[in-house]
Amino acid sequence: MSDKSSDPKKINCAKKMRDIMTTYYLDAMTAEQNNKQVAWITSGGPVEPLVAMDIIPIYPENHGAMIGASKMGEDLCIKAENMGYSSDLCSYARTDISIGGLPKPDMLICCNNICGTVLKWYEVQARYYNVPLFILDTPICHTRYSPEVAKYVRAQIDEYIIFLEKITKRKFDYDKMAQVGKLAYESQVLWQKVLNTTAHKPSPMSAFDAFFFLALIVTLRGTQIAVGFYKDLLAEMRQRIKDGISMVPNEKHRLLWDNLPIWYRLKWLSNKFSDHNACLVADTYTSAWCGAIKYTDKNNFLDSIAEAYTRIYLNIGVDQMANQVLDMIKFYDVNGFVMHSNRSCKPYSFGQMDIMRIVREKTDIPVLMIEADMVDPRNFSHSQVETRIDAFMEIIKQRSR
Amino acid sequence: MKEIKIFHNALKDVSALASKIKENQKKIIGYLCSYAPEELIYAAGFHPMRLFSSKSDIILAENHLQTYCCSLVRGILEDSLSGRLDFLDGTVFPHTCDSIQRLSDIWRMQGRYEFFADVILPAKLNTQSARTYMVDVLTRFKKDLEAAINREITDADLQKSIKKFNLIRSNLSKIYALQSKKPGIIKGADLYAIVKGSMIMDKDEVANLLPVIVNNLEKTDAPETKGKRIVLTGSICDSPDIYSVIETAGGIIVGDDLCTGQRWFEGLTLEDDAPLVAIAERYMGRMICPAKHSSPTARGENIVSLARKNKAAGVVFLLLKFCDPHAFDYPYLKEFLEKEGIKTLLIEIDDQQQNLGQLSTRFETFIHYI
Repeated sequence: MSDKSSDPKKINCAKKMRDIMTTYYLDAMTAEQNNKQVAWITSGGPVEPLVAMDIIPIYPENHGAMIGASKMGEDLCIKAENMGYSSDLCSYARTDISIGGLPKPDMLICCNNICGTVLKWYEVQARYYNVPLFILDTPICHTRYSPEVAKYVRAQIDEYIIFLEKITKRKFDYDKMAQVGKLAYESQVLWQKVLNTTAHKPSPMSAFDAFFFLALIVTLRGTQIAVGFYKDLLAEMRQRIKDGISMVPNEKHRLLWDNLPIWYRLKWLSNKFSDHNACLVADTYTSAWCGAIKYTDKNNFLDSIAEAYTRIYLNIGVDQMANQVLDMIKFYDVNGFVMHSNRSCKPYSFGQMDIMRIVREKTDIPVLMIEADMVDPRNFSHSQVETRIDAFMEIIKQRSR
Repeated sequence: MKEIKIFHNALKDVSALASKIKENQKKIIGYLCSYAPEELIYAAGFHPMRLFSSKSDIILAENHLQTYCCSLVRGILEDSLSGRLDFLDGTVFPHTCDSIQRLSDIWRMQGRYEFFADVILPAKLNTQSARTYMVDVLTRFKKDLEAAINREITDADLQKSIKKFNLIRSNLSKIYALQSKKPGIIKGADLYAIVKGSMIMDKDEVANLLPVIVNNLEKTDAPETKGKRIVLTGSICDSPDIYSVIETAGGIIVGDDLCTGQRWFEGLTLEDDAPLVAIAERYMGRMICPAKHSSPTARGENIVSLARKNKAAGVVFLLLKFCDPHAFDYPYLKEFLEKEGIKTLLIEIDDQQQNLGQLSTRFETFIHYI
C-alpha cells in the first residue's frame, strides 16, 4: 500500500481481481452487441435473480467508489450541483447523475435496505433513461423482523421475478436460480472466512485490502468466478498466516473501522495508521455483504433472501448495530475504534454517536470520529484529521504500555 | 376574526396547550410525519400532536446527531432531551426518511416516554402488496395501542375518529379553496396558524372552530389586490414570518405542497369502508411525500397540476437544508414547472434560524420578475 522498502508482501490475488473486474466491465460495455440486457442495481440489492436470467448487473455505487478512488469526485460533484443537486446529497448519487459513462440500463433495480437515497437516485435515472424501475421495499427492522414485513418482502421477490420475465420476455429459470443461490451463498461464506482471517495476530491483510477485494462479492455474487476467486484469496491469506506475513510490518495496535471508506484518501490513511504500527483489521462495511448470511438458506434461496436482504447491517436499529460492533471488537480483539462520520451517508452516520457512547460504556477502548465524505474531498480537512489520528494513536500507545 | 385568534393564541405556548389537553385526562402522543395514523391515535382516546422544533439552541442533541442532520430533527431531539416535551405520554414514528429513521432509534433508546411505536409504512405506494402491507402495519399499530390502553378499539371508535378528521380536513380544504378563489381573503400568517393549530390543538375544538371560519370567509368579499399568486412547495414551513414576507413583497399564497399544509390534510378517508383499509387507501392515494414512491414523475405532475389549478404565477420551493428527499426532486420539479412557463424560486431554509431581511429581498425580486 505504500512505496517504502519496509513494505509488506503484496497480496498476489490483487492482480487476478483486477483482471476479473476488467473482463466484467468489458462484458458490460459490449452487452448490447452481444444481445445481453443490462440492469443497474443498488449495492444491497438481490443480484442473484439477474445472474440467473443472464442479465448483466451494473453497480453505480461501485462506479462511485472508483470515481472517488481516482480522485475525480470533486469535479463531478460540482457538475451535479450545477445541475441543481444540493451539495448535501450523497456523493455517489451526485457523481453518478453527473457523469453517465456506464452502459445504458435496460432496467433499474432499487432495494432501499441501505438507504432512502437510492430510491430518489433511481427515480432520477428512471426519468433520464426512461426505463422500468423495480423497487424492492425492505422496511427497516428497528427492533425485529415482523411477520408482516416477512410477508411483504417475500411477495415482492415474486414481483421481482415477474418484472424480469416481462422485460426479458423469457421464463424465469428456477433450476438455474437454485444453482446461482448456492454459489451466492458459497461466495458469501468464503468472503466471511477471508474477513475472519484478520482475527489472526498479526493480521494478514487490512480493512484497506478488504475495501478493494469487496468488489467481487458485490458485483459477481452468484457466479463461479466469485467462488473461485475467494477460494484463492482465502488460501493466500492462510498461507500468509502460516508464513507469518502481516500487512502492517510491525503490527502493535489493532483497530476497527466504521462506515464507508474515504476513497480518495485510502493510501494516505493506510500509511498513516501503518506508521503508527496500527492495522485496521476489520470494518463494519465490507462485512455487510455476508453479515446476514445466517438468514440465508442455500437450499431454499428465494424464500430466504427476503429476510437476508431485509436484515442487513444498515437496515436494523442503532442498538443492534452497536451490538454487532461490540461483537467485532471482541472477535478481532481490537484496541481502538475509528468512526468515519460520512456526510454522504445519513443512515450509516446518524446513530454513530450513540454507538460511540455504547462502545465507551461497554469496553475500555478509545474511539475516534473523523468527519469526512466518501467521495467529495471538499469535506475532508487533511491537517485536522492528521492531528486527530496522531492524538488518538498516542492514547492507544499509552494504554498498551 | 376571533376564531382565528384562538389558533394564534394556541401556538404561543405549546406546553400550556398541552397542560390544558391533559386536564381533560387525555394523554398526548407526538409524531413528526404527515403519515402518522392520527385517526387510530385519536380512536384510542389519545391526543395526536404533531411535533415542531421550539428552535432553541442545539446543545444536548449535539451528542447524538451530527451537524449535517436537518434542523427539524435535531431541534425536536433537543426539545425532548431538554425536557421541553415532558408533557408527552408517547411518540409514534411512521417510517419517513433516513434521518427520522435514526431519530426513532435514538428516541427509543432514550426511553423518555411511556408509549413508543414505529409504524413502518411501505416506501412504495403503487402495488397491491404494499397496500396489503400498509393495512397489516396499521393493524399491528392498532394492537399496540390496544395493549397500551387495555381495551379494544372498535370499528365504531375508528369510524367516529375518521369522521372527526374528515371534518377537519374538508374544512381546511375549503379554506384553501376560498383563498384561491378570493385571494387575500385570509392572511398568510392566519393560514399558517390555522393549519398548524389544527395539527396540535384539541381535535374537538378544531372541529368546532373551522366550520365557523369557513362560514365567515364564505360571506367575505374578495379584497382588491394585485398580488401575484404563489404556490409553496417543500417539506415544512414552520415560520409565519415567511408568509408575511411573501405578502409584503407582493405575493399571495394560494396553495401548497407542504407537509405542514395540503399534503397533510388533502384527501378524505372513506367513511363506510373497513376503517383500517380506508385509512390505508387515503395514504396510498394522497399527495405524495418525496420519501415515498408511486411513480418517477408523480410529484412533478402533481406540482404542475396544483400550480395550474391555482393559476400560480410562481412556485416557491422552501427546502429544509439537509432534507435529501426534497433536494433530489428539486431539479426535475423546477424543470417540469418551467416547461409550463411557471417561474420558480428556491429558498433553502434552516428551521432554527431565518434571515428575514435577505429573504425579503429575494421574494421582492422574484415577485417583480414573475
